[in-house]
Amino acid sequence: MSEGVMQADKPQDQKSEGKDLFSKFDDTIAMRANLLASGVEDPFSLVMEKVLSPTRAICNGRDTILLGTYNYMGMTFDPDVIEAGIQALRDFGTGTTGSRVLNGTYQGHKECEDALREFYGMDHAMVFSTGYQANLGIISTIAGKGDYVVLDIDSHASIWDGCAMGNAEIVPFKHNDIEAMEKRLKRIPEGAGKLVVLEGVYSMLGDVAPLKEMVKIAKDNGAMVLVDEAHSMGFIGENGRGVVEDAGIMDDVDLIIGTFSKSVGTVGGFCVSNHPKFEIMRLMCRPYVFTASLPPSVVATAATSIRKLMHGSDKRAHLWENSKRLHGGLTDLGFKLGTDTPQSAIVAVIMPDLEKGAAMWSSLLSEGLYVNLARPPATPANMTLLRCSLCAEHTSEEVETILGMFERAGKAVGII
Amino acid sequence: MNDRDHMFEKLKGLIEPFNKKGVDITPETTFAGDLEWDSLTVMDFVAAIEDEFDIIISMNQQAEIETYGQLIDAVAKMTAE
Repeated sequence: MSEGVMQADKPQDQKSEGKDLFSKFDDTIAMRANLLASGVEDPFSLVMEKVLSPTRAICNGRDTILLGTYNYMGMTFDPDVIEAGIQALRDFGTGTTGSRVLNGTYQGHKECEDALREFYGMDHAMVFSTGYQANLGIISTIAGKGDYVVLDIDSHASIWDGCAMGNAEIVPFKHNDIEAMEKRLKRIPEGAGKLVVLEGVYSMLGDVAPLKEMVKIAKDNGAMVLVDEAHSMGFIGENGRGVVEDAGIMDDVDLIIGTFSKSVGTVGGFCVSNHPKFEIMRLMCRPYVFTASLPPSVVATAATSIRKLMHGSDKRAHLWENSKRLHGGLTDLGFKLGTDTPQSAIVAVIMPDLEKGAAMWSSLLSEGLYVNLARPPATPANMTLLRCSLCAEHTSEEVETILGMFERAGKAVGII
Repeated sequence: MNDRDHMFEKLKGLIEPFNKKGVDITPETTFAGDLEWDSLTVMDFVAAIEDEFDIIISMNQQAEIETYGQLIDAVAKMTAE
């Protein structure tokens, strides 16, 4: 609008009734209305009025244990990390107001990339404004027309959107199915470029990919390999480098994608690589070029957090204990879980249906426990899940409290 | 039986395990509309075709295939290449 608020830019002369473009959302609107009519609190409009620590917040007026934040290593209130952010705010201001390739690269962005290169022991690191943009940018840029992207059907939305934005041929395979992946790779026409996209930990069920076998097959078939370690960084592997480190194949993957919004405890995304031509991505990758860079305070907190995560082995050990106890305790109570064994810091509780799931979610919130309600179409096989993500800062006593809450809520709703 | 009829019957056999509603399959049958398949079912069905004919049908190619008739033509073309 240009000339003034009282006059529209375009003529208002609308002769015919146009089609309402929002009508395509009617089914979702109706489903949501039905759910809320059953009396549950709205699972997708929770407000945290106060955040007390990485594991506690005041939600809708209640003191609540947080068990659905991906804040795996509890770095959000680390005093060193907070101090680094405050210092950067004072020294460099609130924002860069520009792209990384123009005026948006400050000293802090370089230091953050240095920390990542050191953390992963890799030659190159590129910081994006979000993890979503890292997948979107790298996949859409390196896989071009005539190339093939072979990916797990349960891949994260950012991976699918990276595929949709590029011009490559997209070939999905059944979740974690080594044979299905291999068959598809072998049928790709000779001479075509191939990119295999895998995740270390799949976020919906918290299961780990058989990366050692899959990466070997990918390499044997001449494919480049990208692994998204969003849910394993900081926690899995001796140095917290992820499932790739745990599987002993750091040298075999071409690209690792990650995020700052989970273990690192702030926001942002990255890609690390040893590819000799990797730096050209900074000029070719549109979601990197055409967006403002992260604020100086964010990259300062990220860099400080990443360096502390290198020495986080005690926290990693406690987080494993928490994950094993919650998984074992929920199994003993009679809940159906997404994995038979604890494989990550995510424990997914499978609900019979959306109505029971929403009722259980609501009941847990009344008990003072926040978990994620995950529902179709974001979930595999149209499951409704209560997804729990543990934190290294959850005490052993808190995990017992959580199990008590699950027992009461589960009985009240009639699931166990 | 000509090639197209042959392909019609062969693919119909592959559809049956996924045809939970027992829909009568004609060349005009649509996968999303008539058979009400979700993305997982589509993936399993495509995998069955790929294994049967040793071909690859990318999602980009699948986007062009809405009806059973279009599928027959696409698979016939791919196996001829």
